[in-house]
Amino acid sequence: MTLRKTAILAAATSVIAMSAASAETVKMAFIDPLSGPMGPSGEAAYTSFQLAAEHINEDGGVNGNMIEVTGYDNKVNPKESLVQLQKAIDDGARYIFQGNGSSVAAALIDAIDKHNSRNPGEEVLFFNYAAVTPAFTNELCSFWHFRFDAHADMKMAAITDWIAERDEIKSVYLIGQDYVFGEAVAAAAESMLSEKRPDIEIVGNELHPLAKVKDFTPYIQKIISSGADAVITGNWGADMQLLMKAAAESGSDIPYLTFYGGSKGAVSSLGEGAIDRLYQVTEGITNLEASDEQYALIEEYKERFPDYDYYYHRAFNAMRMFKAAAEKAGSVDPIPVAKALEGLTIDEAYGGQVTMRAEDHQAQQNLYISTVAKVGDGVTYGVDNVDYGWKLVEGGSIDAASAEQPTTCEMERPE
Amino acid sequence: MSDVSQTHASLAPSSAQKFRQRFLPFLVFGAILLLIPMTDPSRTMYALMHQMAIYIVFALAYNMLLGKGGMLSFGHAVYFGFGGYLCMHAMNWIEDGGVWGAFPTFFLPVLGFVGGAVSAVVIGSFSTKRSGTTFAMISLGVAELIFAGAFMFDSLFGGEQGISGDRMNGPEVFGLSMGPQSDIYWFMAFWTILSVIAMYAFTRTPLGRLSEAVRDNPQRVEFIGYNPQRVRWLVFSISGGFAGLAGGMSAVNYEIFTPEALSLIPSGFVLIMAYVGGITYFAGPIMGAVLLTYMSSMMSDFTEAWLLYLGLMFVLIVMYAPRGIAGIVFGFWDGIRGANSAELLRKWAVQLLGCLLMLIGLIILVEVSVRWSNGWGEAFEPFGLHFTHADIVTWIAIFVPIVAGGYVLRLATREKEEMPA
Amino acid sequence: METIVFALLNGVIYGLLLFMLSSGLTLIFSMMGVLNFAHASFYMLGAYFAYTIMGATSFWLALFIAPILVGLVGAVVERYGLRKVHANGHVAELLFTFGLAYLIEEIVKIVYGKTAVDYKIPSLLDFPAFTIYGASFPAYRMFMLFIAIGMLVGLWFLLKKTRAGLIIQAALTHPHMVGHLGHNVPLIFMTVFGIGCALAGLAGVIAGNIFVTDPAMAVLMGPIVFVVVVVGGIGSLEGAFLASILIGLLQNFAVGISASFADIFWFTGLSPTSEIGDITVSSLAPVLPFLLLVLMLIFRPRGLMGEQEL
Repeated sequence: MTLRKTAILAAATSVIAMSAASAETVKMAFIDPLSGPMGPSGEAAYTSFQLAAEHINEDGGVNGNMIEVTGYDNKVNPKESLVQLQKAIDDGARYIFQGNGSSVAAALIDAIDKHNSRNPGEEVLFFNYAAVTPAFTNELCSFWHFRFDAHADMKMAAITDWIAERDEIKSVYLIGQDYVFGEAVAAAAESMLSEKRPDIEIVGNELHPLAKVKDFTPYIQKIISSGADAVITGNWGADMQLLMKAAAESGSDIPYLTFYGGSKGAVSSLGEGAIDRLYQVTEGITNLEASDEQYALIEEYKERFPDYDYYYHRAFNAMRMFKAAAEKAGSVDPIPVAKALEGLTIDEAYGGQVTMRAEDHQAQQNLYISTVAKVGDGVTYGVDNVDYGWKLVEGGSIDAASAEQPTTCEMERPE
Repeated sequence: MSDVSQTHASLAPSSAQKFRQRFLPFLVFGAILLLIPMTDPSRTMYALMHQMAIYIVFALAYNMLLGKGGMLSFGHAVYFGFGGYLCMHAMNWIEDGGVWGAFPTFFLPVLGFVGGAVSAVVIGSFSTKRSGTTFAMISLGVAELIFAGAFMFDSLFGGEQGISGDRMNGPEVFGLSMGPQSDIYWFMAFWTILSVIAMYAFTRTPLGRLSEAVRDNPQRVEFIGYNPQRVRWLVFSISGGFAGLAGGMSAVNYEIFTPEALSLIPSGFVLIMAYVGGITYFAGPIMGAVLLTYMSSMMSDFTEAWLLYLGLMFVLIVMYAPRGIAGIVFGFWDGIRGANSAELLRKWAVQLLGCLLMLIGLIILVEVSVRWSNGWGEAFEPFGLHFTHADIVTWIAIFVPIVAGGYVLRLATREKEEMPA
Repeated sequence: METIVFALLNGVIYGLLLFMLSSGLTLIFSMMGVLNFAHASFYMLGAYFAYTIMGATSFWLALFIAPILVGLVGAVVERYGLRKVHANGHVAELLFTFGLAYLIEEIVKIVYGKTAVDYKIPSLLDFPAFTIYGASFPAYRMFMLFIAIGMLVGLWFLLKKTRAGLIIQAALTHPHMVGHLGHNVPLIFMTVFGIGCALAGLAGVIAGNIFVTDPAMAVLMGPIVFVVVVVGGIGSLEGAFLASILIGLLQNFAVGISASFADIFWFTGLSPTSEIGDITVSSLAPVLPFLLLVLMLIFRPRGLMGEQEL
């Protein structure tokens, strides 16, 4: 069920295609939900990759080759993803992007390992931009997999560092989606909190079915009656938005520390209530200090895709790192690119650097904890087309070194 | 009253007829399967054919229930899934070695059959007590129950992530390493042929005949001393077994099984497949499986609205051609060999013209709507033509063929009514 | 205590919502023998229509117009679709509605897009009605409660106190007899189908903005409504009502209970870390209605209040 949405860029690419007809096209496949409840999450990232590719092509491409990103709809289903992977490889894609759903990422890592061992010379690389189960760069690590997002333990380290400084938080409620990722978040929260703040009581640890709950009111009521001072959640997509919708309805003022508070719709469903109540940890927010170039990019994105906001900063990082690696390797073939990516460092648009750690293929970068504020109140860019945006909280800037986590990865590298 | 003297013996088909009807189609089918690899198919082609093979077996198994047994199930993917899951686990046991290490992955579908059949025996023991709408409801309830429950038992179903494995373990048979797609092709061909023959043979057994009798008139079956419930249960179990076998084929092909495989979506898809193909013919579900698999993987490249076309096709077939595509094909075949074939051909040509005209208008309507709904300002451009929703020409191109087609069809039906019965 | 109060409130509201859907389905099923697979699709249409009408005018207009539109769509479907396949038997009818559900979903996807639309609660009702145990209860949910009760009273009045209602009631159990008495049975069927769909549409109007209005809402709701109809018993609106409330409460209470199997069956020595012991009652919530359905069909096939065996 391929969706060929290249039309968005039809105008731009047709011009480029003519000028660079002789060079090879680097085909990249974007395998993520493009329909259904999780569709907006996928589409926001897809448009980010499209724009990043477009910019690279405008600057002359990668080693003179144009990049083409094609979307494949996997409906967040692992098996469907494998069908789409097969299709993408048949269409000539050698680079796969995926991020929504760790269950999908696990299936893809496994399938790509098998494909690469069975079809030498036709290797594909997996660029994971959002599936953050720590295992993928630990016990399940693979040479073919690169992760551009901070994993759950890194993000949780940032959140718990921040909580540790706040004495008023005495009890925490954990709620998450019932699958590998939700379980990983809950486990990380429990172990890190007990280490950093043993006095904090975990008053609830709830896992709900993934993308199936329509009304979170009963869950919110449980949270309220537990008397928690803060909620930690790894929810994403519709589950994040609906959780916030129910929280807003209940009128409680418990702060929500989230991985994906920036998911489309979460801020707008809380409205003014989001201020100092919704927190997120990300690798960048639009309201940080940055170069004019970065601001121009943020504005261009919003203008081109008014339904979404510039959120997937890491998608742009991934593309820039790919370009840097391909240029370093002097090739666009997967194995040289993979080897060049190992240990590669590029400058970050928000200051600092991103490094692809060679031993486990996990990107190391600065993390930022932010909360919602009104536009004008230290906030330039709103989200969800409302007058609220993300603002760095005090002490919310965590540098790459303190977010870094050890790894147990022992990967096999090809010759 | 001149044929009173006719005996049963004279009604029986001649051996030439028998050969033509019962063996020739299988020989042709087998020959096609043997010839396909000679064309050196691409990997995409292989992937498509493997999917077709899985669905041919699954749809035939399903039709054993719906077409032959008159049992409408909304949850047959449960048995497909149980068979497939058992095979996935077995694949992992094979990888772990031990006693299982000697089991070739090539024969995993046998386990799939066992898994599907055993679960169907258990569930069928209560669900087949009734037929008709009640049976349909129970099948739906059981499917939802098992699908929702699957997420609770991670060691059995693997949760959201499913169970995955590696088919390249265990001993090789027939010199197939089971790695490359071309090896899997022979695996698929083997099991498809075997299951098709087995399921055809089943329709010739007394049980197969009885199941048709139970479908048509359970009371009479009871009068002649058979228990219709037991017949339904047996047929249900065997059908579940073949569904499980298809699940086993799927497990080997994709090397992953997720709980979605048990859900209502694949169950509904196989129902549509069997029905569109034609449930009154043995070959119907095969046609449906081939066509729908092709549509789902190829048409989705051409149009985003392929599911709409699929739904439309299904509804139209339910309304106007309840014998499905096989009914149309065989009807056509019988027609041109019949006495007044010229007259029939003319009628069909007119009907075809009407349908095509309506189809053209409809396709333009749907495609233009899809693009308008996406909001990217894209135009529908078939064969160098240019349609946008803001253009009056587009709407003329939509409504003129639809109205004209409707008129032609109306004319054709009126003609038919005027003809003496 | 607070868990109980909230589960009770939400359970009743959800139950009434289910009844709004299932009452129409029960009427149609009992009268025509058709299990309308597309019934939840009409619920979805109600939400989408209301979203459109609300965008152009106001929510209050949508509240009246959207269900009527849905009812008209339903009547057209009955007249030009269902009646045609009626001759081919119940299985064909069931398949027709099954295909229709597919079709409606795809059309909705094309017209409104594949992702959820922003169907909002009217600002007039967007305030907390009251606060108990630290959580506020939104006024809109109270409004849903009133609409549902209003519908309940209206339906009861229509069926028990009007002539048309008497005919419908008679046609529920003895359609042939009603036909013999000279009533236009096809017209009654069409009307009932239309009213049933309109009720589903109304449910969509008031529920679409509190849940999510997206193309998947029909698929999620559909099977539960079937459960209600079967558990309630064929031909019995009272049964459907009981079953709706029962399932509404069951699901909401289950979510509120964090106890696991190991806690409940402690006397069997079940380990809390084992796979079965680890299952919590709250995670069972989505399974319960289907468990109820299967048990009901096995042990009491005529449902709670049904007069005939299904």
